[in-house]
Amino acid sequence: MEKLLNSLPGTIIAGFVLTIVEILVIHAIH
Amino acid sequence: MEFVAYDWWTQFVRWGHIISGIMWIGHLWYFNFTQTPTMPKIPTELRPAIVRFILPEALFWFRWGAMFTLGFGLILAYMNGYLVDAIKIGIGDNNHKFTAIGIGMWLGTIMWFNVWFIIMPNQNKVMGVTSATPDEVNAARRIAGLASRVNTMLSIPMLYGMVFSAHFY
Repeated sequence: MEKLLNSLPGTIIAGFVLTIVEILVIHAIH
Repeated sequence: MEFVAYDWWTQFVRWGHIISGIMWIGHLWYFNFTQTPTMPKIPTELRPAIVRFILPEALFWFRWGAMFTLGFGLILAYMNGYLVDAIKIGIGDNNHKFTAIGIGMWLGTIMWFNVWFIIMPNQNKVMGVTSATPDEVNAARRIAGLASRVNTMLSIPMLYGMVFSAHFY
């Protein structure tokens, strides 16, 4: 995880992956 | 009178929330997109200018931006009547909006906690505001940097929750 966060592109990609997870959670709850 | 109407105050608080939020996330992204990647390229003798002059000023607007964003945000959610629904991330409400804004609010609150209770105490050691040994300063620099990167990562889904709840769901 630390290696990923030390990379700026890795951080941004992780942010977008989390956004997809967020969208899935929103639609899973409803 | 128009200016004392409840809706007008809701808009005023929303305006404060957005301005404070830009102040906060703008500085967060400045640290992560500009300052941190550039530091290794700056000649050693010039680095104190960043650490002693620019960093303390930027951190001032950064941490108070975070505080006012959270404060205005909680007041706004209360005034709009969905504070509790959002905290429950819309479970049992059958409303996408509460889930989206709720996830955004939880992520924003985690980020606010990171700013005030992880990043700032460690940055104070790096800047020499609180005394620390050289080893402690190095450890503090690493922890503050990681917490800042975590916040940069979380800012992306946080902004999705905030913006899409108002404009999509």
